[in-house]
Amino acid sequence: MSFLRNYLNEIKPNFEEGGKLHAFRSVFDGFETFLYVPNETSKCGVHVHDAIDSKRIMSMVVIALIPALLFGMYNIGYQNYLAAGQSASFIEMFIFGALAVLPKIIVSYIVGLSIEFAWAQWKGEEIQEGYLVSGIIIPMILPVGCPLWVIALACAFAVIFGKEIFGGTGMNIFNVALLARAFLFFSYPTVMSGDKVWVANESIFGLGNNLPDTFTCATPLGEMATGAVPAASVMDSIIGLIPGSIGETSVIAIAIGAIILIWAGIASLKTMLSVFAGGIIMGLIFQATGQTPVEWYQHIVIGGFCFGAVFMATDPVTSARTETGKYIYGFIIGALAVIIRVMNPGFPEGMMLAILFGNMMAPTIDYFVVQSNINKRLKRAK
Amino acid sequence: MTRVIKLRQGLNLNLAGAAKREKISVAAGKTFALQPSSFVGVKPKVVVKEGDKIKAGDALFINKDFPEVKFASPVSGTVVLVERGERRKLLSVRVEADAQQEYAQFETKSACGNCVKQALLDAGLFGYINQLPYAISTNPQTEPKAIFVSALRDMPLACDFEYELEGNEKDFQAGLSALAKIAKTYLGIGASQSAKALTDAKDVEVVVFDGKCPAGNVGVQINHIDPINKGEVVWTVDPTAVIFFGRLFNTGKVDLRHLVAIAGSEISNPAYAEMLVGQSISSAVASVSDGARIIDGNPFTGTKTTKDGFLGAHTSEITAIPEGNNADELAGWIMPRFKQFSVSRSYFSWLLGKKDYNLDARIKGGERHMIMSGEYDSVLPMDIYGEYLIKAIIAGDIDKMEQLGIYEVSPEDFAVAEFVDSSKLELQRIVREGLDMLRKENS
Repeated sequence: MSFLRNYLNEIKPNFEEGGKLHAFRSVFDGFETFLYVPNETSKCGVHVHDAIDSKRIMSMVVIALIPALLFGMYNIGYQNYLAAGQSASFIEMFIFGALAVLPKIIVSYIVGLSIEFAWAQWKGEEIQEGYLVSGIIIPMILPVGCPLWVIALACAFAVIFGKEIFGGTGMNIFNVALLARAFLFFSYPTVMSGDKVWVANESIFGLGNNLPDTFTCATPLGEMATGAVPAASVMDSIIGLIPGSIGETSVIAIAIGAIILIWAGIASLKTMLSVFAGGIIMGLIFQATGQTPVEWYQHIVIGGFCFGAVFMATDPVTSARTETGKYIYGFIIGALAVIIRVMNPGFPEGMMLAILFGNMMAPTIDYFVVQSNINKRLKRAK
Repeated sequence: MTRVIKLRQGLNLNLAGAAKREKISVAAGKTFALQPSSFVGVKPKVVVKEGDKIKAGDALFINKDFPEVKFASPVSGTVVLVERGERRKLLSVRVEADAQQEYAQFETKSACGNCVKQALLDAGLFGYINQLPYAISTNPQTEPKAIFVSALRDMPLACDFEYELEGNEKDFQAGLSALAKIAKTYLGIGASQSAKALTDAKDVEVVVFDGKCPAGNVGVQINHIDPINKGEVVWTVDPTAVIFFGRLFNTGKVDLRHLVAIAGSEISNPAYAEMLVGQSISSAVASVSDGARIIDGNPFTGTKTTKDGFLGAHTSEITAIPEGNNADELAGWIMPRFKQFSVSRSYFSWLLGKKDYNLDARIKGGERHMIMSGEYDSVLPMDIYGEYLIKAIIAGDIDKMEQLGIYEVSPEDFAVAEFVDSSKLELQRIVREGLDMLRKENS
């Protein structure tokens, strides 16, 4: 591969200070470090470094998201053919779903990364790879009926106002992908909720079926918001064959992702488990007090509960950063998600708001944990 | 019963080229250099002129703020160069050694704490004592609440102190006994260390530390034995310096010979050699290829040097590793990279057991803001929130630094954290800046 290295070395001067392509320095840097591990050596401090870097971490998260994404593609095909009452092969369903989802991912990456590249160029910084993850999560937490221009708008909003104005990856307060979703949820409610957006209703390249304009299909969450017990079987919910946001439906696919994340040491098991604990305990309380006919385990398997617990609550930047704090943070999110679902019919899905609330509370939780260490030190001094 | 403290956090990194337990001889070279940079926090003032004749033990420079603290020449001979850098900063004082070494003879009494202090001051060895807070060379006006010596060296490629101790047991004990006159002295040793001179050391309290690197760091040990509070001072002494002190009290001479590990994958025959403080390292690293990185110290806490460099006063290893600036590793974000070490299981080092890794000096990633949480805490066996302390230092928040325990840490305690950090922050530099900030504030 030395010809590639030689080529990069050859064109590199154009992008450096004074070069004619200096305006694209950040783009060049981004691609160069993507192709090759930087050869820069340490100047002070430790002389050897662990091979881990944030690129590797973000790639692992993207890999962990792939099972849920692939299943989501299949499920979109499945829901379309189911709604039309047609039968089709697994491959047809999958390809239809992939064709419906890929443009959303491409739009999300193009918009988000362009802003990231431009911002890095403006600030004279390196490209940060956080958006590799946000960019794939954003389409996965949207309904399939969400138009591309809306996604573009949401990505732009989330990157600029959710991340860059705080100082970039590592400095943001709220989870970037969830902020994109919240932006759409409140600005464009018609494409984000209701009964019309959850099933793809147009055929693509001859695949899939055109559904009538009057077609509606409520998600299990939507049914729950009306006070009913969701009609979908628990087994379907675990496998993921229910309508919902693109990547959130399959508990099994998400569990595979969770195993990858925990195994690689990227997501915190503490956070994840305490989100589930919070959700289950709150579900049990509501069930015991007769406030809802929904079983506790249904809260866990439907909607975005699992997806949020595994991929979004555990975002290390916006989550609590102390180990004790992670238990409290996770529990608040899990409990709050179920509280919103049960007590507030205006919001069928509580996970998004719960995690955003958790993000907001995380620094306060950490503050108290760290303060206890400080108090111990002060006490010792006396 | 000896106290045993178990530490869970930490990381033992096995690097290729660890020194074998055998002694090789290294040609000394004629020129020796004592570098003030070895004594952190000291403002040096040279007290010799080029051409002066001196004996081993005579002062080459003193601490400007505390003139009674002198720094002894390791050899007798002629001062040949007072080397200065930018803004006349003193870099080293070089002495050309006589063929026949002459030692200055000191009258040493170790009957009381003050006699010990005075003896060390007279002989120009007092500056080898460091202190916490600030992790600097201490001054005689401080009243230490305790003195800590760690005989455990667990950084990668570190010099095995038990091996260094062989034949120096008497001097080591004499040094410990002398220090114990000044204040209560603790000797931290590793669970695997069994030398009688350590386990049965007299006049000191022996505490066993059972854990991974950085359990051998004296700062970590203090945090578990008797943490430092604001306003308190403790002294920390290298075990090698304890031997120097003991020799002074046993013989009346300043004799700075000690065993140095010459290690690293770039060294053809990694082994131990007896060297003097300030000795030229050129013959020790003669076989190292050009372009390799030579380190005065171990790869975690040492400083970069060259073949023309000299052994630092607190250094017990000379290591050489590949620089790696032409490695051109493709697509590191996804390749398996079997030769690389990582604590993250996204690589395969967890599968490969106790393999020795030949790591180069690359940072292997771009610097980022802190992204992952808990990375530092997993390798920092102290009751300190490392991440918050680092943030407080970056923000320059003096109150927060104090509250979060900056008085208890030294930069080396963050070495392992700096190694594992996926955001590639220069933690040791940051901690040093924080310590300097506070020292300035409190002076």
